[in-house]
Amino acid sequence: MGAVLEVEGLTVEYATDSGPVRAVDDVSLSVDAGEFLGVVGESGCGKSTMLFAIAKLLSPPAAITAGAVRFGGTDLVPMSDKQLASLRWTRMSVVMQSAMNALNPVASIGGQFRDTMVAHGVKNRDEVHDRSVEMMRLVGIDPIHLKSFPHQLSGGMRQRAMIAMALLFTPELVIMDEPTSALDVVAQRSLMVQIKQLQERLGFAVVFVTHDMSLVSHFSDRLAVMYAGQVVETGPTRPVFDQPAHPYTRGLLDAFPSITGPRVPLLGIPGRPPELRDPPPGCRFAPRCPLVLPQCSDAPPPFFEAGPAQARCLLLAPKATPHE
Amino acid sequence: MRFVVRRLGFFVLTLWAALTLNFFIPRFMPGSPLDALRARTHNRLSPDALNQMLTSFGFKPHENWFAQYLHYLGNMVTGQWGVSIGATLGTPVRTLIGQALPWTLGLVGIATVLAFLIGSLIGVIAGWRRGGKLDSILPPVFVVTSALPYFWVGLMLILVFSVWTNGWLPSDFNYDSDLLPEWSGPFAANVIKHGILPAATIILTSVGGWVLTMRNNMITTLAEDYVRMGRAKGLPNRRIMLDYAARNAMLPNLSGFAMSLGFVISGAILVEYVFNYPGLGYLLYNAVQNTDYPLMQALFMLFTVAVLLALLVCDFVIAWLDPRSRAKG
Amino acid sequence: MTALLVDTSKTAAVGAPPTRRRGGGVVRAALRSRKAMVGLVLFAIFSVMAIAPELFTSVRQPNRLAFDPSLHPSGDHWLGTTSLGQDIWAQLVYGTRESLVIALVAGFFATVLSVLVGVSAAYLGGIADEFLSLVTNVFLVLPTFPLIIVLATYAGKGTLTVVLIVLVVTGWSYGANQMRAQTLSLRNRDFLESARVRGERKLYIIVVEILPTMTSLIVANFLGAALYSVLTAAGLQFLGLGDPNSISWGTMLYWSQNQQALQTGMPLWSIAPGLCVALLGVSFALMNYAFDEISNPALRPVKKVRSRGRSA
Repeated sequence: MGAVLEVEGLTVEYATDSGPVRAVDDVSLSVDAGEFLGVVGESGCGKSTMLFAIAKLLSPPAAITAGAVRFGGTDLVPMSDKQLASLRWTRMSVVMQSAMNALNPVASIGGQFRDTMVAHGVKNRDEVHDRSVEMMRLVGIDPIHLKSFPHQLSGGMRQRAMIAMALLFTPELVIMDEPTSALDVVAQRSLMVQIKQLQERLGFAVVFVTHDMSLVSHFSDRLAVMYAGQVVETGPTRPVFDQPAHPYTRGLLDAFPSITGPRVPLLGIPGRPPELRDPPPGCRFAPRCPLVLPQCSDAPPPFFEAGPAQARCLLLAPKATPHE
Repeated sequence: MRFVVRRLGFFVLTLWAALTLNFFIPRFMPGSPLDALRARTHNRLSPDALNQMLTSFGFKPHENWFAQYLHYLGNMVTGQWGVSIGATLGTPVRTLIGQALPWTLGLVGIATVLAFLIGSLIGVIAGWRRGGKLDSILPPVFVVTSALPYFWVGLMLILVFSVWTNGWLPSDFNYDSDLLPEWSGPFAANVIKHGILPAATIILTSVGGWVLTMRNNMITTLAEDYVRMGRAKGLPNRRIMLDYAARNAMLPNLSGFAMSLGFVISGAILVEYVFNYPGLGYLLYNAVQNTDYPLMQALFMLFTVAVLLALLVCDFVIAWLDPRSRAKG
Repeated sequence: MTALLVDTSKTAAVGAPPTRRRGGGVVRAALRSRKAMVGLVLFAIFSVMAIAPELFTSVRQPNRLAFDPSLHPSGDHWLGTTSLGQDIWAQLVYGTRESLVIALVAGFFATVLSVLVGVSAAYLGGIADEFLSLVTNVFLVLPTFPLIIVLATYAGKGTLTVVLIVLVVTGWSYGANQMRAQTLSLRNRDFLESARVRGERKLYIIVVEILPTMTSLIVANFLGAALYSVLTAAGLQFLGLGDPNSISWGTMLYWSQNQQALQTGMPLWSIAPGLCVALLGVSFALMNYAFDEISNPALRPVKKVRSRGRSA
């Protein structure tokens, strides 16, 4: 099973009046075929920007300034929209956060299914119709809604319709930007279950961006934790979730009390994330870290091994050689 | 259905308001129509004849004002608009309007729609190619053109294309005065020739507004998630620009178009005046110069109806284009 | 669940809750915009001309038939003279005052009316809103120019006051709709909710909380109303519905048309006042456009970062 997606040293900058701001700084990760990668972080950590960069959907003033995004071996970064068109949706598709905003309000659901199929050469009307019906049934929506407009469906249905649309060509990779955030808790869980089932059935890989670590860790194979534009910890879900190596990850997890465990006082992480215009010289979490060492502010720490996972933290350092 | 009822209701209500305004204004102003009439007819008509004429456009001094009002409303709505007391003394108002109407519809109607379509298209492209050369030059240019007074542009066009070229493009009337109207090629060509400068005036001054609003709408729309989704789906650029962006950006523009029709009409009046083009605007101007009240009232009502009709049409077009507004009703 | 982690990195987004703008920010942005500068400079020039016309010409009574008629431009008469013997440049300079007064006064009152009706309609809601919206839309749809013409006729040849009243009455409705739409979108924002909970009176909330956040819209409205007033007043005077003895650009246009200036080889008599109307209008339009860009960051010229075309 080769890697379907390899991101290497990706950097994304926004042009502002006071100079470029790095929203994503030297991020690397990889996703194997059929794997479910959860990318976790708070709002503003750069995870959505990174996602759009991977799909080459950024617009000015944001742009990729360094790094490579290898999809099935080919680097997408230097490719133009025209060159990308053939692989878009057929091999990699996108599910966005709010279906109400992501679906064209003046076109019917069926119409939006159709235009991408036609764009990729499926001109036969029956073929288009059959495939649309098939996908709607797959996600559990009555195909009669192909005639409906987005505002006529409920929130959960809209989200599922978006997923159906994303799977039209059974792509190798589906990237999802917080698709559950706009839903209530019950709908969230049922959507996640459905996504997992579809994944197991159709075999696509998923990159799932969210701020909700506990939700995604029930379904993900691996996790990547982002902070201030960088990946700070990554590894298989269970080790990262049960024994987080990085103090930030630990802080994230400690913030969620367990329903079944003993009652503990709620902990937060004091302070706030750094201004990306002018990030701290060393470890970006150092200003808030309860376990900070003096040398943490000297230089950005490289990744160190922590069992099957890796984390950017000097606490894991001395004896072992750095991972990268 | 509720949607249709609401729209029609507004139509009727506004028309009623306009007619009522029209009825009461002369009654609150100094001077009386009787004096005006007498002056106009140079005291040649007998008092009886004068009275008859007055009653024909709603002034029945012996009736109370409410009855007058009702009669007036009835007459206006059923097309009994009386006779002109202006320079065209005695000609039924309906005839005068009937003669002028097609010319205004043709000139102003076509020019305005053209300006809207051209302007919107340019706006769509300018908004799509954000930051390109086109986008940095065009907006300031159009800001300037949209602030120019209609009549002045008309005068300048006359100066450049008619006076300085010794009459290459005609600056007066709708066709040469030595021709008789007929359905023929040469006559049509002559009409078009006379229409070029006035139409150009209207288009040049009004196109800027459409370009700017459409461009701004496009820019706002292009930031929407569904446009990004269109890119993600690998759709060709033209498809995204038209079906996803323009179709959504167009909607507020259409309602803006309807709202601005009042302004369009005022421009049309000035243009017709400058070019002596015998349309409804020119008719209104003459009516004003000659204090021809019946003609003025009928024209005012007609203009109101025109704007309201256009609004109605725009509303239905928007409903056809935007499924959400059908639901709202 | 993530509420415990403080999130502060907000990028400046359109649609973010409005923050009280310090005046400095707007002024700075205005100074940087070329369009705003051109508009402001034009406006400044006209203002000076209106306030102190004596600085620009030696003629003190521009309407007096003091000179030889139909002269071409020369050192004595920069733009020549009219066919009645008046110095065109002098008329132009003195005429600035009336046009500027019309623009500012009519614009101001029309804006005041728009704000009153629009904001009240949106904030009061319910039947008051329905009624006010109806009135606004009716006025909006009435073809104003014919109405103005009719009004001006019945009132006799228009004095300045009549023209001003008419302009305000016909010009407020467009802005009122915009004000209402903006207020509606603000109505449920948190900062208003907190004011309500504090127990502030409705009037206080409207004046102190809502209006300041709408300043950019109100200013844009004022500029638009001023533009409308200048153009419409000029049009009215051009048609001869103003006071033919007044000193203004519109009246100049009326007389030049009356005396067939274009056809008799004295185009400057027509060109000059029309150009001034156009320039004053343009200055308002430019300031308005620049203001749009300032208050809606999405419309500003876009910066691009040079992106990496090649990977390592």
